Order: sequence, then C-alpha cells, then structure tokens
Amino acid sequence: MSDVRTSPIRLVGISKRYAGTKALDDVSLEIEAGTVHGLVGANGAGKSTLGKIIGGLVRPDDGQMEVDGRPVRYATPADARADGIALIAQELALVPFLTVMENVFLGVEPHRRGFVTRRHMRQQYAELVSRWGFGVRSDALVGSLRAADRQKVEILRAVATNSRVIVMDEPTSSLTHVETERLHSMIRVLRENGTTIVYVSHFLDEVLELADAVTVLRNGRLVRTASAADETEAMLVAGMFGAAVEAEHFEKPEHSGAPVVFEVEGVRREGILNDVSFSIREGEIVGLAGLVGSGRTELARAIAGADPVDGGRIRVDGRDCRISSPGDAIRSGIAFLPESRKEDGLFMDLTLAANTTFAHVQTVASRLGFVRPIVERSKSRSLLHFLSVDPPSPSARAGNLSGGNQQKVLFARWLFKRPRVLILDEPTRGVDVGARAAIHRLINDLAAEGAAILLISSELEEVLGLAHRVLVIRRGAIVREFAADPPLGDVMEAAFGLAGTSA
Amino acid sequence: MTSQPQQAAATEPVQAEGLARLREWRSFRVRAEHVRDYGILVVFLAMFLFLTFKSPVFLTKDNLLNLLYNNSGVGIAACAVTVVVICGNFDLSLGGIFILSALLAAWVAVHWNIWLAFPVALAAGVLMGLINGLLVTKLRVNAFLATLASGLVFFGIDKAVSGGTAIYPGTSSGGSVHEGNIWTFLGQNKLGGSGGVQYPVIIFAVVAIVLQIVLARTVFGRHVYGIGGNREAARLSGLKVDRIIIITFVIAGFAAGLAGLLEYSAQGQGSPGDPTSQALALAAIAGVALGGTSIFGGVGSVWRTVIGVLMLGLITNGFNLLGVPDFYQDIVRGGLIVVAVAIGSMVERR
Repeated sequence: MSDVRTSPIRLVGISKRYAGTKALDDVSLEIEAGTVHGLVGANGAGKSTLGKIIGGLVRPDDGQMEVDGRPVRYATPADARADGIALIAQELALVPFLTVMENVFLGVEPHRRGFVTRRHMRQQYAELVSRWGFGVRSDALVGSLRAADRQKVEILRAVATNSRVIVMDEPTSSLTHVETERLHSMIRVLRENGTTIVYVSHFLDEVLELADAVTVLRNGRLVRTASAADETEAMLVAGMFGAAVEAEHFEKPEHSGAPVVFEVEGVRREGILNDVSFSIREGEIVGLAGLVGSGRTELARAIAGADPVDGGRIRVDGRDCRISSPGDAIRSGIAFLPESRKEDGLFMDLTLAANTTFAHVQTVASRLGFVRPIVERSKSRSLLHFLSVDPPSPSARAGNLSGGNQQKVLFARWLFKRPRVLILDEPTRGVDVGARAAIHRLINDLAAEGAAILLISSELEEVLGLAHRVLVIRRGAIVREFAADPPLGDVMEAAFGLAGTSA
Repeated sequence: MTSQPQQAAATEPVQAEGLARLREWRSFRVRAEHVRDYGILVVFLAMFLFLTFKSPVFLTKDNLLNLLYNNSGVGIAACAVTVVVICGNFDLSLGGIFILSALLAAWVAVHWNIWLAFPVALAAGVLMGLINGLLVTKLRVNAFLATLASGLVFFGIDKAVSGGTAIYPGTSSGGSVHEGNIWTFLGQNKLGGSGGVQYPVIIFAVVAIVLQIVLARTVFGRHVYGIGGNREAARLSGLKVDRIIIITFVIAGFAAGLAGLLEYSAQGQGSPGDPTSQALALAAIAGVALGGTSIFGGVGSVWRTVIGVLMLGLITNGFNLLGVPDFYQDIVRGGLIVVAVAIGSMVERR
C-alpha cells in the first residue's frame, strides 16, 4: 500500500435517534481507502446503524458525511451506490425468483432500446467471475441458493456496479466456519484490488484477523479507532463494555443417579432424521453438536412438534407423549426456543407483556377468557426484571429492543410456566457478549433447578462450555457421545465423520 | 375461584404496577408513532368541528343519527372484517354474503315461515364464513383469491335463487301485511318511537363494542394479533392457528349476514344484487385501512375502524350539507386513505 492513504469516507459528529433513544451520538471517524475497517460493539451499540448510514439506508439526524472530501447526504441506498458505496445488509436484498446473473445486474442490465441483451449480460458475468476469482452458477435461482452463495451474489452485485466501498453488516452470522473462511479470502482479494470494506461484526476474532483498523462503539458513542494490530480481543471487549468481562466457568455435576426426565426413542423422518434416541436426566444439560445440515435443528423441531415425524416415541417423566403439534409438546412440558427469533419467535408489534405471556395467556385470564391486564403486567414485569431485560417495561414494543434483549424476552415466554424440558436452538445467536454471559448463567441456573435441557449451537465453544454431556449428530443420526468437557478436536472429528465414529 | 387469599396477595403487585405506570407516563413525549396512532382521531374531530361551524344542520340529532344509520351496514361488516385483517387475512366476499343471506331469508319468509327468516340469514352468513375459512386454512388458498372467488359464487347463487327479481315478503308475494311488517321491523323502526334511535344503529354499536372488547381484552383477541403478526411464532407457541383463522372468517360471515338482513329489512325485500352489495367489501376495507389497521395484519383495532367508517360517512354527509358536487367525494375519500396509509408506513420505515 502507498504511503499517502486517502480517506474516501469521513464521518463528523454523526447522531441518530430512534423513538427517543440515541442510537448514535456524535460519532466521528475516517475510513482509509483500500483497507478493511472493522466496526464492533455490543448489541445496540450503534454499529449496524453506522453501517447503514454509510450505505445510505439510514439518514443521520445530525452530523456530516464526506466522500472523497465532498459532503454528501444520501436519501436512498441508490444514491450511495451511485457514489460507489454498496451496502450488504444483514437481511440480504436479492430477488429469490430471479437467477444469479439477473440479480447481479439488477438495475444495471446491459440493454439496447429497453430490451435486455442476455448475450452481453452473460459475457459481462463471465468477465466478472474471472476477474474476481469466485462465482456462482449463473442460471441458478437465487431462492434456491445457500446463505453463503447468496452472499457471493451480493458481493458480485457490488463489484459489478464498480463499488469502491462495500459495507458488510454481520456477513457471517448465517455462515458455517468453512464458508466464513471463504468469505474472508474474497474480502482479501477485494482489498488487494483497492476496494474498501467496512466490516460490521460481533465476532471479534474475525475482525481482528481481517481488519486493518477497528472502531469500537459503546451505547452509540465512539470509544476509539485503532489499528487492528494494536488490539486484542480482551481489549475490544473491555472497550465495548467499559470493563473486562470474564468468561465464566460452570460446574458440571454428575447426573447418573438423577431420574430420567426426557426420553426420545427412534425418532425418524424420511431423509432427515435416522432413528434418533437419547435421554436427558433431571438437571442435566445435554449439548447437541453437529455441522449445518446435520439435522440438529431438524431434531429439535421434530421433538418440539414443530415439524412432522414418521415415527418414534417421546416420554416426559416416564409418560408417553403423543406430539403432533407444538401445542402437544407444550402441554407435555416441553418448551422450544427456535433458532430465528425474528421469524419464528417474537411478535414485534406486540408489547413485551403480550410476548412473555403469549404461550400461556389463559393463566392470566379470567375463566371467561378475559385477559387481566394488571395481573399480566405485574407477572411479565417480574419476569423481565428476573432476566434483566432493558427496558423492563411490559408496555414496550418487542420490535424496539436490541437483539440480546429480544432473546431474553423469548426466554421469558418459555419460563413463564417452568418447563420440564427446555430445547434451545442457538440461544445466543446475534447476541452481544454481555447478554450472552447472562443467558449462559440462566441456562446453568435452570438446569440446577431441575430442568432437562437440550442445547444446540453452531458455536462449539458454547456447547462445550455449558453441556454436562455432548451428543454429536451427523447425517440425521447420533454418531457419538462424550462426557463433560471433551477435547474440541475430538468433537469436530466426530461431526465431520473423520474418525472414531464407531465409539 | 377462591377469592379471599388471592385478593390479599394481589394488592401489593397492583400498587407496584401503578407506580411503575406512573413513571412511564412521566417520560411521555409526542412521537411519530403517536401521529400514526392518534392522527386519525384528530382529523376526525377537526372535520367534525368544521362541519359544526359550517352547517347549521350538521350538529342536530336527526342528522347525526342519519349519518350513523346510513353507515350501519358498512360499519358492521367493517368491524368484523377488522378481525380478519388483523389475523393476517382478507375478505372480499362480504358483499356476496351480505346479499345472499338476505335473499335466502326473504325466500324463507315467503316460502316457509317469516320467523325462520332471521336465523336463516345469520346461519347462512356463518356457513359462508366457514367456507371461506376452510378454503384459506385447509386448501391453503390465498385469502384474497379465495374470497374473491367465493364472493363471485355467492353472487351467482343469489341470482340463481332469485331468478333476477327481488323477493318481497308481505302482501305482494301473497303474504299478509303482518308478515311484511315483521320483515321490515328492524330496518325501518326506531327504539323509543319516532324520536328514538334506529335499530340498525343500535346493532352497529353493539357489534362494534363487543368486537372491540373481544380483540383488546380476551385470550382469543390476543391470539388473533399474534397470528397476524407472526404466524409461525404463534404456531410454535402452541396455538391452533387454523381454528382461530376459521373463527375470524365465521365472525365476518355472521356480521355480513346480519348487515344484509338489516339493509334489506329497511328496503322491504330480498334483492338479486344491487350496487350496495357490490361495493360493500371494498367500502368496509377502506374504513379499516383509513382507521389505521395494517392490511398486513398484527396491528389495528375495531374502534379505529369505527372512526374510519364514520369519517368516510362524514364526507358524504358534510359534502351534501355544504352542497359540494358528488364527484369530489370519492376523490377526497381516496386521497384520505392514501394519506393515512402513507403516514403509517412512513412511521414504520423511519
């Protein structure tokens, strides 16, 4: 890189308010050309908002943004694109019914007299792929692609419009480890070609590995911008939270004497689950590890009644349960926290009170079916306090909360009536370090109170850190079982099917 | 329920609850959401005041009762379809249910027995609502298309049964004067004699109040909002989603049947299709949208729909009183709906 670095983007005194709360407060920073610039912070720190302001998706209330030394005010992402700034949002913005190629050239189709010239398009696509060294089958429908491939399409789309700056908001949140690695090598190629990347992420290790400079935000304020080489994960965490947060170590008691609470026997689903059996004892946390597509989420959904099964038996406290709907599972004492709180969990337009009581509204209602608001609010308030949701206000709308707090509200719904069996699918996805520690403590406490817990996470460290016993699932079957604290490498090997699967 | 110990335990959280609410109120400020949520009330009151000062006739009991009477049919249908819309669906078949229920009632009055006419109208409405609900849940037909199609069928049956001519319960079809009077009683009479309130107005008020309470206060209402806001989350919370959706369509069918009965009771006939019924579903949904209920479901309420319907009625009433040409009315109505919906989505976008 040359000695004189230019700053294509300069932000001065940027502020943004949402419904009375300050998302960003007087933030100034410079992003140098041809670098990867990391933006880190806890949930609600304002990192996503900042990324969206750069990409033209959100307009700041106050402050100045300069591109190449020229003040700009973007009204839409299209304005930003015209200046060579592309935003790849957390929710990917592609048209599922169009092909890869059509998506890449959406809005910039090569055309003659209003008619798209497909031959030119194909030619341009080929050039693009050979220039950047990565591609996706051009005629595949985007709706049929995996998350990682869709991301590639977004990146190709950005470079096809000659973007010099690409803002990526949590690009790896739905990617596997291998896919993340691939994305990172793409980003390095982009940087070598002079593209500037703004990388918004809560994965600190990724940011440190990839970024040239890192900006830390806390509660909407700038903490510092520093060279990534001078930072460590601990320093970033300290910056994000104002104090060091220690990873907690949990005791892992023996459960061989405790009564069996939850038994799954021979659960099958054609092509997805292959005769799965296991059991969980009272107070036990069983971790379920497996790769994406191994059937771990499908297993959770099957035993929670969310998806149909072809056969198998489920027992809670020794009683046979016929589970053919989520309602059946709930009545049997099984609670299920689904993987995606936005799509499958929360009611964004309803109040926190309604969200916490939703699965058991009858219990705060009179016999005639009238909800008793005072009872509901006070019960919900005490749960929100117990889980330290911020704000602990039953009348707040779920949609106005940060990710970590939303996740806690979802926990509140399932703790409203203490379940015997708690199935947690990715309980800390998209949650900041502070909330994550709180949720880990909560899971541990719930087990100590006697719940049987099945914990699923794509982060192996999380599974190993909490589980008293670890099951490895691969191709829809449990292939191996480990006692507490197994070596990470062994679990990985089993998940990949490399060795020792006969044990 | 045993009340004694429970009450004692309940007082403490109640007090804490009151304090907490007070704290929330202190930090109250007018925000964009409030414009969206209560703007419609302000505009309604402004129009009301404007007409009061502009026209000497507007603020009279007769005029206001007429305004309510003229909008009671649409109002009843609109309040009920609000429940369907909040649950994330749509009902375009209201007009068909409205006219076919009334026609079947008139047919029963003439051919069987006048007293059977009323339960038949309501049962027909319920049955048609049930068909809509089953189409949407069991056959998984998109509600918009399912009810567009079922509405067409209902209109068709109406024409087939009537043979294209109206059915008049009473003397003209060989019945007695007494029978004719029974048929027109609800539509043409007032509670408390000639100076009283028309029965359709009273029924509209009852329907609105009951549905408002059902949605805002009951477990069923909570489930309706949940399904409309996030259907999958509602299912995973253990709800019988299909059953609740079917009930919402049945409520709409019942209300449309009731509205039809009142309308044609007022007209003294059962009709083979007329302009009111053709426009009913869209008029009702216009009222729902103007009130600020999201047509994507999950957000809204019945009182909003009442305001929306009355606002549309106020335009007709006010324009007539002020002698403004008719054709401006629809332009103003259309404009208002666009503004209301646009404010709603602008606040969402922010």
